[in-house]
Amino acid sequence: MAKISIRHISRAFEKPDAAPLRALEDVSIEIHDDEFVCFVGPSGCGKTTLLRIIAGLDDASEGDVLIGDERIIDPHSKVGMVFQEYSLFPWRKVIDNIAFGPEMAGVPAVERHEIAGKYLDLIGLREFEDSYPSELSGGMRQRVAIARALANEPDLLLMDEPFGALDAQTRNMMQKELLQIWHKTRKTILFVTHSVDEAVYLADRIVLLSARPGRLQEIIDVELPRPRDRTSPEFADLRRYILEGIEEGERNG
Amino acid sequence: MLGVASIMVVILIWQAVAVFVVANPFHLPSFTDVFSEFLYLLMNGSIPLDIATSLFHFIMGLVAALIIAIPIGMMMGWFEAADMIANPVIEILRPIPPLAWIPFAIIWFGLTAFSAGFIVFVGAFFPILINTYAGFSSVPRVYVEAGKVLGCASNPDLIRYIALPSAIPSIVTGIRIATGVGWMCLVAAEIFGSTKHGLGMMLWQYYNLHNMSAVVVYMLILGLIGLIFDMVFRKYVDEYLLNWREREVS
Repeated sequence: MAKISIRHISRAFEKPDAAPLRALEDVSIEIHDDEFVCFVGPSGCGKTTLLRIIAGLDDASEGDVLIGDERIIDPHSKVGMVFQEYSLFPWRKVIDNIAFGPEMAGVPAVERHEIAGKYLDLIGLREFEDSYPSELSGGMRQRVAIARALANEPDLLLMDEPFGALDAQTRNMMQKELLQIWHKTRKTILFVTHSVDEAVYLADRIVLLSARPGRLQEIIDVELPRPRDRTSPEFADLRRYILEGIEEGERNG
Repeated sequence: MLGVASIMVVILIWQAVAVFVVANPFHLPSFTDVFSEFLYLLMNGSIPLDIATSLFHFIMGLVAALIIAIPIGMMMGWFEAADMIANPVIEILRPIPPLAWIPFAIIWFGLTAFSAGFIVFVGAFFPILINTYAGFSSVPRVYVEAGKVLGCASNPDLIRYIALPSAIPSIVTGIRIATGVGWMCLVAAEIFGSTKHGLGMMLWQYYNLHNMSAVVVYMLILGLIGLIFDMVFRKYVDEYLLNWREREVS
């Protein structure tokens, strides 16, 4: 539901007594409607910084991010975000966490609980609506975080290594669920990960960034049919190709 | 059960030491001395009035401290400018022991309930301020950013929906410490003679009359009320207000 234009984004962090640290340099990407795009690259390639700029949480030194034809400067109601660390509000019950966005938009209590209930059903955690986040497992917390972002009805969902802290099995399960949610809700998703396996499993396109400063190295179309089989030779070939690309980016960076 | 037993043992030792070792009720009144004095005071004394008077001083000081310290702590913790303006002043005033304010309490408020309340206020003010400040300045960044992304953008909204709930445990800790400090200050504040009644006041008066059994009665009442404050905190505040945090072990 949203076309995103990332145009000539650069980001330098000023340092008090050293040269500014250049995190991103001249990154431009056009993202289509309903597309699932993963960002991979060596650590320190600025992929999280890029996501934060798109979210409006950080400002680009140069360049623009456009959603539709609106320029993003501050956090925007059309853009949702799921964070790497646990970001649920521990003082709110699960249902009130999910209802937070609608609450901020002034939706009355009954209605916003209805909305939250709908997303609780979507992530299959209806019976935990009155629990506090501290009572949930890591995987459940991230599912609630996804539901919370979706309840605000964004067109674009940003995900910053959302499954990074989960064990491998939970992670695979979460990826599968995320794809189901994506099919049901038709959002544009930008997903940062350091796991190439995850990127190949999830993405329509994979954006490979090189290290310090992050530059666009390559955009790879993933044409494997869904649902994807991690054990297939094509999957392994693509994974190897990207891993080699990351290594190369690290050498040149 | 073990708790009751241990108290019984202490009472027995107390009684034995007082009667057989010290053998001087002025230096150490025995348990039975104290208990009969307690019964006497209950009939003829002014215990209920003293408790009421002390609670009045205490609540006055504590409420004033809450009303003033929490907003200042919030501002200082949230806005860097407020921190930079207020912090030097706070750092200079904070190490002054609350009781050092007694002369000014008398000059400003006279020998009234207000001067006792003022000393409680000074004692309670800084623990509340410091802990509110700590709570507000250490709100995890990810909560703030999650809030912003979900449309909680203005400072008043961020304070109300993110920073305040996140800081509540720290603020409650501050109030709890303030309750203890304020209660301690209360005795000294009353001893300097702010009013005719009050637990601290009567404690001192009975000392002047060399009625040490009555002094012990008032000591125990002071201790008991302090204990009740703490139990109220433990029971109601921890269980209900902070149930989201209680289980937060993982």
